[in-house]
Amino acid sequence: MPVTTLNGKSVHVNEEGFLTEYDEWDESLAAVLAEQIGIQLTDAHWKVIRFLREDFKAQGETATTRRVQQVGGVPVKEQFALFPKKPGKKMSYVAGLPKPHGCV
Amino acid sequence: MTTTDTTPAEQVAPIVPSFGDDETDRKLAIICSKGNLDMAYPGLILGNAALGEGIETHLFFTFWGFDMIMKSRMHDLQFSPAGNAAMHLPGSDRHMPQALAPAMTGMATKMLKKQIADLGVPEVPDFLDQIVAAGGHLWACRLSADMMKIAEEDLRDDVEAIISAADFIEKTEGAQLLFI
Repeated sequence: MPVTTLNGKSVHVNEEGFLTEYDEWDESLAAVLAEQIGIQLTDAHWKVIRFLREDFKAQGETATTRRVQQVGGVPVKEQFALFPKKPGKKMSYVAGLPKPHGCV
Repeated sequence: MTTTDTTPAEQVAPIVPSFGDDETDRKLAIICSKGNLDMAYPGLILGNAALGEGIETHLFFTFWGFDMIMKSRMHDLQFSPAGNAAMHLPGSDRHMPQALAPAMTGMATKMLKKQIADLGVPEVPDFLDQIVAAGGHLWACRLSADMMKIAEEDLRDDVEAIISAADFIEKTEGAQLLFI
């Protein structure tokens, strides 16, 4: 696994650049990750990111866009506005989690 | 300030996933021609997945596929084991006797709906809501509508129009196409 330094901190990432260690992520890192994919974080983004982090801790897997809507309370349409084109992958990247595995 | 530990002597840019925003002229068109519950899902799942990848997606409903978008029918799609040689008795590899299959539509539908719900997959109308929310386009087939005497008001409000085959071909120029 490659190791990258982000925000002055060493983090493990996979070959695509997604963080692989849950505990290496922190909130200051999220802004750096978001910036790398052209996203400025707002409160609305944070609602999604915090849900993803909590849900991953409880479920052991990354929530899909469907789950972010049904359980996290952020409608799919809003997810597409916040994380354009590929919300499932982009929000998990910023939250320091693996890509969702679920189909729906 | 960004460096990488693997090559400490050099400044190396961090690995950033390529989300490929710039290359998305990819387009997908899915023709949904079936009204059986089990055959409604492949198009919905693939369409939804394509939208999540930033791909422009069109669903075109024709013939029995109209049951997926008719307000009066979309909540009540059914699954029948009849004629399905791959239908097995629950939890086994034994084939379901086809003589029994026609009488089992109600039970089979109920079981399939439960299995789908257990996976967190939405019911058909709800799934179409999600597809539209994600930017998907729904179209209905002119010939089927005329033949079955179905009008626009019979369809979900988010069906954009009833269009001819030629209109569909025009709208989906350059698209990859799936017939289900």
